[in-house]
Amino acid sequence: MKGYSAFSLVRNALGGHRFWKPVWRTPELKKSYDVVIIGAGGHGLSTAYYLAKKHGIRNVAVLEKGFIGGGNTGRNTQVTRSNYFWPQSAAFFDHALKLYENLGRDINFNVMLSQRGVLNLAHSHHELETMRRWANAIRINGIDSELMTPAQIKKLIPLVNLDARFPVYGGFIQPRGGISRHDAVAWGYARAADALGVDIIQQCEVTEFEIANGKVTGVETTRGKIAAKQVSIAVAGNTSVLAAKAGFRVPVTSMALQAMVSEPIKPCLDTMFTSPVIHMYVSQSDRGEIVFGAGADTYTSYAQRGGIPVLEENVAALLELIPAFSRLRLMRQWAGIVDITPDTTPIMGKTPVQNLYISGGWGTGGYKAIPAGGDTMAHTIARDEPHPLIADFGLERFESGALIDEGGASGVAH
Amino acid sequence: MIRIPCPYCGTRDEVEFHCGGDAHIVRPGPEVSDAEWADYLFNRENPRGVHYERWCHVFGCGQWFNVARDTVTHKFHAVYRMGDPAPELDQ
Repeated sequence: MKGYSAFSLVRNALGGHRFWKPVWRTPELKKSYDVVIIGAGGHGLSTAYYLAKKHGIRNVAVLEKGFIGGGNTGRNTQVTRSNYFWPQSAAFFDHALKLYENLGRDINFNVMLSQRGVLNLAHSHHELETMRRWANAIRINGIDSELMTPAQIKKLIPLVNLDARFPVYGGFIQPRGGISRHDAVAWGYARAADALGVDIIQQCEVTEFEIANGKVTGVETTRGKIAAKQVSIAVAGNTSVLAAKAGFRVPVTSMALQAMVSEPIKPCLDTMFTSPVIHMYVSQSDRGEIVFGAGADTYTSYAQRGGIPVLEENVAALLELIPAFSRLRLMRQWAGIVDITPDTTPIMGKTPVQNLYISGGWGTGGYKAIPAGGDTMAHTIARDEPHPLIADFGLERFESGALIDEGGASGVAH
Repeated sequence: MIRIPCPYCGTRDEVEFHCGGDAHIVRPGPEVSDAEWADYLFNRENPRGVHYERWCHVFGCGQWFNVARDTVTHKFHAVYRMGDPAPELDQ
């Protein structure tokens, strides 16, 4: 892999950008691999990267039915934060944020992390009290979080309307939270994994599992059979579909979560903020677009498009908090299929099938977890035992009852 | 916008309805294992394709009913009463 540097940029610019090489191979599919990962989104690619880098397992294929990062990795609103209530979630998501903080250097790809702060607004005294408790829990978890008064919020976001239908009483911010460029995360991990020998196979859909004596031995795909010692599933909204093929059930409901962007405008919003009550979150991208979204459609859906009623609610909520945006035109709207679990905590680790692993149930918050998801799943696959950070995230928690209910602690209801 | 065929009022916009999820869950008796109980509590049918589910016409007649809806196309293949078995569909 040729590293990117200021020098390489200048040299290629002077060459009229005619000499850039493809940044990953298009390899031939082999008959067998040590590890097959299903899904070339952020989680699948980062798992492959850390397997190769930290565990020396390089005979790995990442199978993707579409294209790299074309699912939820390319459809989210790029928010990175670790302001979680429960210690297990906080430790896991802060591990992700710490990895994000050095990711550009680690994979030699600029993921454009911008730690502009993630602010939650409270719209009543009661909500502010709950947020105070939440913000303090985050601090006890060793993560940055600060309460803010309405005056401080107004200073941070001059455009915000504090006297909305539900007035702003205050809020709290995680200053280290922010946004990064989601395509860069997918591409960066793909390039780095490819350089370590991982085969990324696009346009290759897994249709069946080969299972003998309760142990997975390979997969059937639209491009033929592939033998594998270990298989890992990282397919977001399609988790139930693949689990059913492997003969077990997962407690997830797949729903369409939508987001949208406005036309680009000059910088006017240099933080990311969210309102759980008025229900929306918004940030401004580096290109100047206003990026926002809110709730999922409330029924099972595999259609990657959102309903008009939810779109209308999203827009109404945004305009309630920033009326000035009413003059903007919406440029694009889309949806991703999110797999929501009963306790809104992901499902990670082993499955009832031996040597078959799962990373799913990410709901509406998988993007922020990508580096930690890959790191801990690589450990889990390499040692056939869950990484300590995800020991409580296994499927067995639904039977034991040890749920990690983050429903109230995630800013929006995911 | 999904248009939902209420068996009592006719077809209306989705904003008048509330989806109640999986239609044919049977509560097991107290003799079942933890695994079976967890399956009842948490696991839901989540098909890519036809889903048998309950809807309530909240801002209309207030009645519950069952439907068979495709989760990819949102096409309604059947509408049937609460308590009726899931209809066989030719696909």
